[in-house]
Amino acid sequence: MTTEETILTKISEPVFNHANGRLLMPEERYWPSRKWKSPWSLPAYRSGAALLAGILSGAVLAAWLIGEIPLRLAPLYSLAEQYALSYGVPLFLFHLAWTVIKAALLLAVPLVNALFAVWWERKVSAHIQSRLGPMYVGRFQGCLQTVADGLKLFLKEDIVPDCADKLVHLLAPVVVVIPAILVFAPVPFGRELIYADLDIGTVYVFAVGGVSVMGIIMAGWASGNKFSLLGGLRSAAQLVSYELPRTFAVIPIIMLAGTLNISAIAGLQAGYWGGILPRWFIFYPVVGQVAFIVFLIASVAETNRVPFDIPEAESELVAGFNTEYSGMKFALFFLSEFAYVLLSCLLMAAFFFGGGEPPLPFLGFLPSWAWFLAKTLTLMFCFLWFRWTFPRFRVDRLMDFNWKFLLPVSLLNIAAAGLLIWLIS
Amino acid sequence: MSYGTILVFFALAALFAGGSLLAAFFVRPRVSDPLKRTAYECGMEAVGTTTGQTNIRFYTYALLFVIFDVEALYLFPWAVVVRTIGAAALVEMAIFLGILAAGLAYAWKMGALQWE
Repeated sequence: MTTEETILTKISEPVFNHANGRLLMPEERYWPSRKWKSPWSLPAYRSGAALLAGILSGAVLAAWLIGEIPLRLAPLYSLAEQYALSYGVPLFLFHLAWTVIKAALLLAVPLVNALFAVWWERKVSAHIQSRLGPMYVGRFQGCLQTVADGLKLFLKEDIVPDCADKLVHLLAPVVVVIPAILVFAPVPFGRELIYADLDIGTVYVFAVGGVSVMGIIMAGWASGNKFSLLGGLRSAAQLVSYELPRTFAVIPIIMLAGTLNISAIAGLQAGYWGGILPRWFIFYPVVGQVAFIVFLIASVAETNRVPFDIPEAESELVAGFNTEYSGMKFALFFLSEFAYVLLSCLLMAAFFFGGGEPPLPFLGFLPSWAWFLAKTLTLMFCFLWFRWTFPRFRVDRLMDFNWKFLLPVSLLNIAAAGLLIWLIS
Repeated sequence: MSYGTILVFFALAALFAGGSLLAAFFVRPRVSDPLKRTAYECGMEAVGTTTGQTNIRFYTYALLFVIFDVEALYLFPWAVVVRTIGAAALVEMAIFLGILAAGLAYAWKMGALQWE
């Protein structure tokens, strides 16, 4: 008996075969085995892959047909303006109405994002763990599950503990969710597809996003629960700490771009080196990659997602700062969490991956918003993937990692960016 | 002009947050009892209140954060113009960052970053 055979006989547990849903005996487990079955031999697997390919090509076709959204909207705008003027509506009132319509559309972005992202997270989690996830509500793959959940939360009783500070307890979710919606104002979703093209967009995003920390501390303090208080204090320490490397990671990009306007930063990355490598900031040697990785890690920490979910670590703090929240208040916390995930992905797409610029020259037939969406969703998938890949940090390691590693690295990266600029010019 | 649009957006966001809570207020059931309204402590009766003392370590992190966040605010305008000013701006910011990095090193050495 050879060594390999000895090992094989020692592993006597049968394992679950994902391809055909049967138990796999030890001798069948290793590929090339006559009994090993490729998943492609299964009709269900093939039809699922065909469905995904169909959805993807349909989306590409739809994006190609729709084209650039600002170009489509321009005739609509002038038509509406003509009508308004012919009925004697004052021009400023017309502009105000148009702004309100745009604001309502932008408000829908974090809401729809939460509905989609929660469902997507549950599906991704399920498939990573060989489960199916939600399958019933909405017929197709449980796609309306989040709508049902939202409705359920809306109809739930609001339980406020007697020991809570009632007013602050009520205000906390509002203080968290308003900045979480407001940060989307200067963020581009494609070329010229932007609500308010602020010249200080980057500073605005970091400043407004920082207000949410206060709401989390309020929630933790006002609940009158020790788990909530600890969760609130921990998240205060964590969010505040990780905000520093996150801000410093963007500084090299601003140094290279020379502007704080997010859509201008995205627009500067148009074009290709040698006709093939896109001029994205992530491809700037060393500086771009280090900045991206620091920004990604700090963003995961800022959004309280898994390797850094100390503020709401279920196994130690029940649910952290939102232990005592139920019903619509809890829904608002959830909404803002996913709004920040989307914001981080949009910012990363704009700062490091060229925003709406296609990755290869011949792919320019798709509109910029489609590329922006594709990059954002890819980054968002990484956020969901991390959750099932990394174990949670311990709270002291978490702070050490930030203050003794990420912060010095991001400071050194600013120096490296200075060197790079000196070399270029 | 663009800041006016942000005011409009703020009004809409506040309307959404307030409106959703208010709408839920009218439709939700109210079946309350004193046991339900106790603070959650895994089924045990809560011992003491949350108004006790908290560890100072959160405070030192907050202090360090304030210093570095103000620094970040100085870095933004510098980063915008650094390419037009050139080497002089780089040297000046290197001195400024060096002082702050020395401060971080000092805080590290004195154990302010130690989580006990």
